[in-house]
Amino acid sequence: MTSTTAPVASRASLSARPLRCRNCGADRAAGPVSICEQCLGPLDPVYEPRRRLPNRKAIAARAPSLWRYKEWLPFDGDPVLSLDSGFTPLVETPALARRLGVTRAWVKNDTVCHPSLSFKDRVVAAAINAAAAFGLDTIGCASTGNLANAVAAHAARAGLKAWIFIPDTLEAAKVIGASVYGPRLVRVRGTYDDVNRLCAQVADRFGWGIVNVNLRGYYGEGSKTVAYEIAEQLGWRLPTAVVAPMAGGSLVTKLHKGFGEFLDAGLVAGAVPRLYGAQASGCAPIVRLVERGGTQLEPEVPNTICRSLAIGNPADGPFAARAMQQSGGWAAAVSDDALVQGIRFLAEDAGVFAETAGGVTAAAALALARDGRLRPEDEVVLCITGHGLKTLEAVSGALPEVPLIAPRLKEVAALVDGNDS
Amino acid sequence: MSITVNLPSVLATHAGGVRTLRANGRTLGEAVANVAAQYPALGPRLRDKDGNPYPFVVFYLNDEDVRFRGGFAAPVQDGDEVTVIPAIAGG
Repeated sequence: MTSTTAPVASRASLSARPLRCRNCGADRAAGPVSICEQCLGPLDPVYEPRRRLPNRKAIAARAPSLWRYKEWLPFDGDPVLSLDSGFTPLVETPALARRLGVTRAWVKNDTVCHPSLSFKDRVVAAAINAAAAFGLDTIGCASTGNLANAVAAHAARAGLKAWIFIPDTLEAAKVIGASVYGPRLVRVRGTYDDVNRLCAQVADRFGWGIVNVNLRGYYGEGSKTVAYEIAEQLGWRLPTAVVAPMAGGSLVTKLHKGFGEFLDAGLVAGAVPRLYGAQASGCAPIVRLVERGGTQLEPEVPNTICRSLAIGNPADGPFAARAMQQSGGWAAAVSDDALVQGIRFLAEDAGVFAETAGGVTAAAALALARDGRLRPEDEVVLCITGHGLKTLEAVSGALPEVPLIAPRLKEVAALVDGNDS
Repeated sequence: MSITVNLPSVLATHAGGVRTLRANGRTLGEAVANVAAQYPALGPRLRDKDGNPYPFVVFYLNDEDVRFRGGFAAPVQDGDEVTVIPAIAGG
């Protein structure tokens, strides 16, 4: 398909859906607001229940982007920006299936999501269309890195201004991978949770479209497209289990919603896959909530090299825990050493180079398999959400030394013989 | 103890549009009760009927999440600043 670098249609053709509180049920007109005025609960878009839905054939005939599922995205009319994100490969990996001891395994490979190499391109594609619908000229975010890259890239090609706030400890590639697009990038002393609190105040003060604050209701819906794509790419059926990383917890929540919506629409049969969430041990408030039970999340101060999942106060934590419990799944936390091993065996088994969150997901899948939570009859999908080139620091010291030779055949022969002395 | 309480705009509408309040108390819980007494429409949105915080409302005491300092039992001092933030953000 043809990529676009500017709006391709009149923004007047696009409108955002109204909102409803997930907690108390109060209705709210469409707008750049994500908090219920009555109870401060989260606002979700409301869909017209009698809208005309496409069948499998109609969906399959559409362009290969997340917008092929536009009837399940929170707009009326056609999107005007970021038309080419999503529809990433679903890669079958027999070696990973053998390692996990399951029947089949796939990687949902969002390391090649367009344009910024993470699944955050999906949520920003949704949010930037909400910004267009509301006539906002500035978007922004609080980010652990991938979202910063995505907001910067999407804003640049849409001609929007961007204010992006990040913790001061992010990996160099993620800082450069945002600043290259020319946004107002601001480093904040503190953790992601400090940045997030600041952005809640920024959205309140300046009226910008902060994608994961006041556009969050629309933004989050973009994550559902991971579930739709898995279902379609498996031949319109569902896997038995899905393993996904958790930072704020939204992805697991939206996977649950997305699979459920395709079941409701009759596009697939069976049951929602068992959903398993993965976190690093140094920041695992949602895993600990699942293990502890109940609904009260206890915030943590992150201490892990997996900065993309280092959210100690995850907004969707309780909702993610509920989605895992309702689907029959579970959660697992892994050490920093294990996540580095996860990056390596995912690359060796699947040919997919993931950032630290992908290492967490792979290592957690292995831990869940060893605990018997993934079963021999399972068909498992791992959601790999960001590219490994963004976090080279994590693995650079863990890989074998690369031999250096003169351009002589006998030196290659020595290496082949296993004798490089 | 006299402290300052900063409200988000979504809550300021329940305090006559005022975004910065004064409150008294020895603990955060007492200060929130004092705010509730001053602004009856705001009180039920800051704490439940048993006086406990909601999961969707986070209180920061001088920029620190008060859940790390004992929640509503956290002591407050003259001049402290409390900021109320909706929890649903980020990620």
